[in-house]
Amino acid sequence: MIAMGSAKPQIGWDPSPEQGWVAPHLATEFPGLGIAWIEVDARPGRSPGPVRQRLRGLSDRFYGAQVIRLREQPIPWAYRVFFRQIGLDPDRTRTPIEQLAFDRLHDGAFKSHGLPADALNVATIETGVALRAFDADRLEGRLCIRDSGPGEGMPGRPGELAQGTLIVADERRPVGLLFGETAEGYAAEAESRRLSVVAIQVNGVPQIAVAEALWMAAATLR
Amino acid sequence: MPDLLARESSPALLVEVDERLARAELRRQIGRLERELSALLAEGFGRVAVEHRVEAVVAEPRVLDLGELERLRDELAERVADARGTLREQERIEVDNQELLRRMIAAPADYKWVRVSRDDLGLPGCGHWHSRPRLGPIGMLMGWWRVKVSSGCPLAGRLAAVEQ
Repeated sequence: MIAMGSAKPQIGWDPSPEQGWVAPHLATEFPGLGIAWIEVDARPGRSPGPVRQRLRGLSDRFYGAQVIRLREQPIPWAYRVFFRQIGLDPDRTRTPIEQLAFDRLHDGAFKSHGLPADALNVATIETGVALRAFDADRLEGRLCIRDSGPGEGMPGRPGELAQGTLIVADERRPVGLLFGETAEGYAAEAESRRLSVVAIQVNGVPQIAVAEALWMAAATLR
Repeated sequence: MPDLLARESSPALLVEVDERLARAELRRQIGRLERELSALLAEGFGRVAVEHRVEAVVAEPRVLDLGELERLRDELAERVADARGTLREQERIEVDNQELLRRMIAAPADYKWVRVSRDDLGLPGCGHWHSRPRLGPIGMLMGWWRVKVSSGCPLAGRLAAVEQ
């Protein structure tokens, strides 16, 4: 999916998600691939009581058999298939929702990791959509999904990226691998004041689910 | 003949093959196989271990070429076939055990000390059927055999008491 239009300046909290773009040849290969985000004024830190309580409530909805059945549900299945299609093994590099489900079984509950992680986790558990957060003040321009060019590197990562690696990038450089590590300095850290909550959409994930996930995460952060 | 050979190597006859459609079709097949494999894994959950892993093709995400997609599709197809085989075999064992249980209930003395669990029948939960003598050694000597049904899963309170 290629969304056109320019990025809007953010004043306060604008709840309408911004649409990023996907490199045309990738959009042809992977119809339905997209990136959208919401910027929100928020500081990373300890999660407030209601957020921790919500995580506890969500913990009670996840059981072993449900987790096994999870991969048959449309949105988690869509991410699993996309992981396969880009060469990853979703049982090793787990999709975000499956990683959360696995952690829930392993730890006995969804543990609180503070904000923004808890906000993203709540939204992912509720919708199944893959989310991540960046320090919005470090990003320049619109986000995109593209493949790395020859000799391109990622901050904090020694050496060059293998050409053709799928990345999330701003208008300057890669800010993270697609469904992988975040570039150094771009993650939400203690000194961050504004966060970009980013959703990666794949074929089979409805637009409404992406918007809901972003709103939910942004509302939790605020 | 030399004319024909010359024509075959003519640049006008060289056709560039667009592999995009082939890749799209392979991706569609991978999606369908992934769904089947997930369903088979869920079907076997708690009954039998279904081999479902297919190793990653690459270390980091990228667009796979036709050959890689084909290999991935073939491996997934192989896993699906293996999983179906495992489940069929498990189903056969469970049907045999159901028959054994039916015969055991009909004639407990013919199946002395045989124990069939709910697991053996592919049923969820705890419990078993056990062919045992009534009144212990007396029943053994007299040939008074019966099938005793266990009372199911231990209650959480009793488990906690054991731990204490």
